[in-house]
Amino acid sequence: MSGSSNLVAMKKIVQQLRFEAKINRVKVSQAAADLQQFCIQNAQQDPLLTGVSSGTNPFRQQKVCSFL
Amino acid sequence: MAKLHQLCARGGALETAPRSTSNHHPTEMATHELHPNDTLTTLKMESESLKAKLEEERAKLHDVELHQVAEKIEALGQFVMKTRRTLKGHGNKVLCMDWCKDKRRIVSSSQDGKVIVWDAFTTNKEHAVTMPCTWVMACAYAPSGCAVACGGLDNKCSVYPLSLDKNENLAAKKKSVAMHTNYLSACCFTNSDMQILTSSGDGTCALWDVESGQLLQSFHGHGADVLCLDLAPSETGNTFVSGGCDKKANVWDMRSGQCIQSFETHESDINSVRYYPSGDAFASGSDDATCRLYDLRADREVAIYSKESIIFGASSVDFSLSGRLLFGGYNDYTINVWDVLKGNRVSILFGHENRVSTLRVSPDGTAFCSGSWDHTLRIWA
Repeated sequence: MSGSSNLVAMKKIVQQLRFEAKINRVKVSQAAADLQQFCIQNAQQDPLLTGVSSGTNPFRQQKVCSFL
Repeated sequence: MAKLHQLCARGGALETAPRSTSNHHPTEMATHELHPNDTLTTLKMESESLKAKLEEERAKLHDVELHQVAEKIEALGQFVMKTRRTLKGHGNKVLCMDWCKDKRRIVSSSQDGKVIVWDAFTTNKEHAVTMPCTWVMACAYAPSGCAVACGGLDNKCSVYPLSLDKNENLAAKKKSVAMHTNYLSACCFTNSDMQILTSSGDGTCALWDVESGQLLQSFHGHGADVLCLDLAPSETGNTFVSGGCDKKANVWDMRSGQCIQSFETHESDINSVRYYPSGDAFASGSDDATCRLYDLRADREVAIYSKESIIFGASSVDFSLSGRLLFGGYNDYTINVWDVLKGNRVSILFGHENRVSTLRVSPDGTAFCSGSWDHTLRIWA
């Protein structure tokens, strides 16, 4: 019965494509502006971007050995 | 060296959607009765015309490139990022790692079958588990920090509660949660310790209840092995993205099992997918040596991160906290750092002595960790 199962599979593909064709989309200019806005708004809170000083980044602190 | 999935291949990629053995949850698609007129030929024609229509709709909105919009903002300066810690202890290739929410612990898994929990500040090993299989390709930390999940060639995803007693045998409390019919490629807890999302070489993704091991939802649509997945940031709702050997990245509705968006622009396997921090986009890394950015609201690819000099596949990608930087681990042993908006590479990091296989930024964004086939993990900041 491989003929009818191919048919069923193909039907699923078409249904999926119909679904995807219907979604609402925005212009790239709008989407890009929003992505950029998000970056700018959060830039100061991004330690890897701003290069947080050694004082506050736990990984940049040197491991300290002290002899007691 | 062959990729693992090629060694485990089921023998040829599927051309049609996989078998429908999933739970029958109501979906948004109306089930369409088969009409006698629906021959394979007419359906194929409709499929071709729908694909063309999709391309047309996407193209209509393609009024500008992301890097053009970003021309007006300042370029990024020089980055000084170095290895700050090296985690040594695995006996073979490191395949996967994940951060704990406490921003200092890390779980990693290896080809040698070991899963290790580290304190990244001190580099001490806190726990170690030996899995009954080799190639532990997936591992994840539970949100509570009290358990880890892992799996690989055993086709399962198992959860190990972490004990405060270092002498306790973790393997004794192991809970088998997920069962696939091929290798486990990725796993991830949802917002709680109670549910796990998995992806597999069997071409499917699945959502499981940890306590009962019950399958809650399965996700069919990839035509070949699924290699990676990422959960949308919790504010943006119940979706996740997966990438596979069929070169597709699919976005799924977790409740209905429906594939809601699909992107097919990569030219080879997609090894890694990661959401942009706002949830409106995601990045992918592929064997075609490129990383790409897909915007979900524009429903299209909006950037390609590539250079002629980069010819090896990208295995793993992650964003910095603001989404401005994209870190990519590559099979040529390097890590490339990209300006997400402008599209250029801002830094290249050397250090690993073999392929970089996994890479994640820490939860508070102060560092990122990379794991490699050179048996080590490195913390960069």
